[in-house]
Amino acid sequence: MSYLYFPGCSLKSTGRAYEESLLALFRSLEKPLVELDDWNCCGATAYMSVSELKAFALCARNFALAERQRSDDPSDLVVPCAACYLGLVKAMHYLKEHLNVLEKVNRALGAAGLEYTNRTKVRHPLDVLVNDIGADAIASRVRRPLTGLRVACYYGCQLVRPYALFDDQHEPVTMETLMQSLGADVIDWPIKTRCCGGSLTGTVQEVGLRLSHIILSEAAKRGCDVIVTACPLCQFNLECYQKKMSSIFSPPVDVPVLYFTQLMGMALGVPQKEVGLQRLMVPLKPLATGEVAAGGIYVNQ
Amino acid sequence: MAEWQGWNKIRYEAQLDPDFARDIASIPGGEQLFSCIQCGTCSGMCPLSPYMDYTPRQIIAMIRAGFKGEVLTSYTTWLCASCYACTVECPNEIKITDIMYAAKRVAIRTGSYPKRFPVPVLADEFFRGVEKNGRSSESWLLIRFFLKTNPFRILKQAGLGLRLLRRGRMSLKKESVREKVQLRSIMKALEKEYMVEMASASEVKS
Repeated sequence: MSYLYFPGCSLKSTGRAYEESLLALFRSLEKPLVELDDWNCCGATAYMSVSELKAFALCARNFALAERQRSDDPSDLVVPCAACYLGLVKAMHYLKEHLNVLEKVNRALGAAGLEYTNRTKVRHPLDVLVNDIGADAIASRVRRPLTGLRVACYYGCQLVRPYALFDDQHEPVTMETLMQSLGADVIDWPIKTRCCGGSLTGTVQEVGLRLSHIILSEAAKRGCDVIVTACPLCQFNLECYQKKMSSIFSPPVDVPVLYFTQLMGMALGVPQKEVGLQRLMVPLKPLATGEVAAGGIYVNQ
Repeated sequence: MAEWQGWNKIRYEAQLDPDFARDIASIPGGEQLFSCIQCGTCSGMCPLSPYMDYTPRQIIAMIRAGFKGEVLTSYTTWLCASCYACTVECPNEIKITDIMYAAKRVAIRTGSYPKRFPVPVLADEFFRGVEKNGRSSESWLLIRFFLKTNPFRILKQAGLGLRLLRRGRMSLKKESVREKVQLRSIMKALEKEYMVEMASASEVKS
């Protein structure tokens, strides 16, 4: 059985390692992901600041294409990027709850020979992994357990807010469940859904970087070896600006930030190259304990 | 009187725009705006309120009272990173994030967003790129954005760009959907509604 998959713009550029590791992970679980043909932008944050209706229409085109490509009912669309996930989930809700929105959008789709029939179900990979495949099934496939690795699971904002479809809004645990099934230790921290600053790191940099620095320093303070995220923008902000943050704020930060799919892939025996480890800017470090256990988690770059 | 620093903040009823609240509240589910009890939970939750010129609670009160000019030219709506922390905690289920979006849209359409502030420029550039190609090309978006806001930042960011390029995390390829004609006809079919929204926004501007 395969799933239909919506990559979104970031997974084709800055977030390439997310796509690579996600595809490799699902392949190794024998649930391959098939890319949605001719998908378009999800109309996320910046787009919605200009036109809400057009943002919903963009999403609806994706749904219509998904419904044409797959005849399952309901047809699941797996969306890894948190911003795309929220954009599409939000559109799904509005098209269901506000008939005037649905009517306008379907009229526009009709002009292009498309139709939205309300069969698509937007799902996050975390949801699929925990609820369809299951932590036990994943645990049974672990080839290189992450024993001794202390992981901080960072969800960011848009995965569980405002719609909490597969996890708790205030205290999400799906990522922890998965990391524990790989043998890792998860650290307990209160700000795993706090905003990383989003695109403010590029626009109003001093503010955006401050927000990212709060996340990193709080995780480091609790002694984590690595932060895992499920969002390409969070990953980019937390990883790529660490040097700059350290020059502005105290304490300086030096924490590897990976996609949860990268760690999962490694634990399940996917080669490091296939999970995009070579694309990291802050490389993984050897464990303090000197153990090789953590799936050969330390990398020689 | 001029010695008291708050004197220029006083507005008389005739200077307010009573239609502004109605305009903002016209978004789906937006009528909840009128049930705000000014508890301030939104401002307390907001990770960005320390950097805003008006807190989210103040913005809600100002929209309701018709402080249109002040809301549209404030930095607050553009600093909102859309994390929905306020929305999920609001005891009266006001869609605060969506209200921020609605205010951003009116500001873009009336051209009244704060001048020399980079966030609306990025939003506008992002919108144009996607409207034309259906996908966003991150590198080109940033290049256009820097050219319009602060061209020197291209040089400042060159190091990061190079490191990304070396790791295959950046490309200069222009992304696009295959069926551009199809996408264009969808967008064209919505143009009328889009213009109506724009017209109503500029109408209340006066």
